[in-house]
Amino acid sequence: MSMDVARFGHGSRVPGWDEAPELPKNPQEIPDPATTPVPEALRAEIEQHMAKYPDRRSAAIPALAAAQRLHGWCSPEAFRQVACVMRLTPAYLAAVATFYDMLDTRPVGRKRVYVCTNISCSLCGGRELLDKLADAVGDDTDVQVRGFECLGACDIAPMVSVDGVYVGPVADDEVDELARQIRDGDDPLPDKQLIRRRSVDPQANQ
Amino acid sequence: MTQHLLFNNIDEPGLDTLDVYRRRGGYGDRLRKALTMPPEALVEELKASGLRGRGGAGFSMGMKASFMPKGAMDKYLVCNADESEPGTFKDRELMQKNPHLLIEGMIIAAHAAGANRSFIFIRGEYDQQATILEAAVEEAKAAGLLGDNILGTDHSLELWVHRGAGAYICGEETGLLDSLEGKRGNPRLKPPFPANQGLYQGPTLINNVETLATVPIIVELGGAKYAEIGAEGSTGTKLISISGNVKRPGNYEIELGTPSREIIYGLAGGPPDGREIKLWFPGGSSSPVLTKDDLDLAYDFNTLAKAGTMLGSGAIIVVDDSNSVVDVALWTAQFYRHESCGKCTPCREGTNWTVKMLERIQTGLATPMDLDIMASVCENIIGNCLCVLGDAMAMPIGSMIRKFRGEFEEYIEAARERNPMVTDEPAPEQSLLQGALV
Repeated sequence: MSMDVARFGHGSRVPGWDEAPELPKNPQEIPDPATTPVPEALRAEIEQHMAKYPDRRSAAIPALAAAQRLHGWCSPEAFRQVACVMRLTPAYLAAVATFYDMLDTRPVGRKRVYVCTNISCSLCGGRELLDKLADAVGDDTDVQVRGFECLGACDIAPMVSVDGVYVGPVADDEVDELARQIRDGDDPLPDKQLIRRRSVDPQANQ
Repeated sequence: MTQHLLFNNIDEPGLDTLDVYRRRGGYGDRLRKALTMPPEALVEELKASGLRGRGGAGFSMGMKASFMPKGAMDKYLVCNADESEPGTFKDRELMQKNPHLLIEGMIIAAHAAGANRSFIFIRGEYDQQATILEAAVEEAKAAGLLGDNILGTDHSLELWVHRGAGAYICGEETGLLDSLEGKRGNPRLKPPFPANQGLYQGPTLINNVETLATVPIIVELGGAKYAEIGAEGSTGTKLISISGNVKRPGNYEIELGTPSREIIYGLAGGPPDGREIKLWFPGGSSSPVLTKDDLDLAYDFNTLAKAGTMLGSGAIIVVDDSNSVVDVALWTAQFYRHESCGKCTPCREGTNWTVKMLERIQTGLATPMDLDIMASVCENIIGNCLCVLGDAMAMPIGSMIRKFRGEFEEYIEAARERNPMVTDEPAPEQSLLQGALV
């Protein structure tokens, strides 16, 4: 699932290779604030991030994450808006965004469901869980279910991250319920959330 | 009974708030004591404690702090909370339950290093933990514990929480710095080391969450007293993450030097009933694997290094005998192929080819010669890249082939018999695209 490779015109992996370039267009251009409408809340959030760092470019990742929350993915429009506020080129931001797994540069479901498929989770059935959960969620275009690299919660393997909320260990008979909660936007498996888990070290609470 | 320094009463309600943390002695005398000490004395104290980095490399924290240049300039302290090594989840629990311990440690470490700006780089997946940390930082700022002239001393520190966006390589210190500067997280050539040219080309001290959280404890106990805990050359206590095929996976605080058997069987309950341990990773998926014959090794930096592996981040992954070593090798290699940043050829291509060969073993298209090719690919990765991501795949895969060669060969034979397409006749001509990156 995460291994899918995007294909474009004539099976190529390069998007837009068969479209004619717009030669008069300057590729280095920073979007003009006068002609690029940016939602006020997004602008405020990006400016707040920029103020934190000695170099404004450091705010690129938090700013892209904010734009992704608004648009659902890092769309060309999202890149233009962030670039306009940060005074960077959209190309710079696209180069950054494609490096990171949590920033999507293709349209995907707004609800991000990551299933860990790393060693510890695979030993406990993480890969089977990914298949079952993807089947249970079905063709909901609003939901993105994907295998993800180690999410740092091997103590609750096999585990799932539902928009940042870690749940696990997910038993086979809970998959349908979890899928329903994801679709309906409910709190996922409240009893199995990591945040409520106590330390297992018997001497940690003496 | 192991002394619990970091996990002491960790589930106390409200420990993530300033009030409860203060009631337990946080931000009190020890912080005042540390901030009134000259930075050099503080560095000496850290050296005397023998504290070694808890993130993976195990380098002396005091030595690292002493490499920071003197003089007035912009210096930075960065806390590495990326914690992406498979099997590691100790920092997550520590940050979620006791965020102020980390903040206090950063205030003290920044004073030792002369830094006045600091960042906590937390991985983007840890959304709930980052929110807790941000709230704790705000609380500390409001209480005057961060900002200008902390506790009336002339030490000032700004602290921000920076969220990453999902990349294993950002746990590598120079990759982390590039990512923090808003670029792709490609590692840099070393030297110059971050202590000379790090974040924004300024001197930078980078430490793991657990290392920094230990600093207030060292100040409180004194370096010499802390050095009495643990083993020779591996002082103190360590948070251990145990996962995989064990009955009670989770984080445990142990004294370094505890026998591995006691950790895996005593604390984590061992593998499920009727199963035996086939192999275990002693320090995250990057460490060469050990077998059930190595369970009596003491769990500390030097003993594990002598056994040809490493303590790494303190993440033990146990694999029992119901699993095939080929599957484990493939999962490991797939992870590194996915996470290789692509900058250095040996790592980018080596991880890809290793996955392809392991897949060939599974489909029954491999011959025992592939094992030698795989071992040679691994040898050619080690030491030939800017960072150790490629080595981190080559070391465990290489050790699996060495220690489980018989099982690999049996698997190859069985898979060949299963696959009706494979005969002893010459191999069918394969498409030229077979080896291409797809």
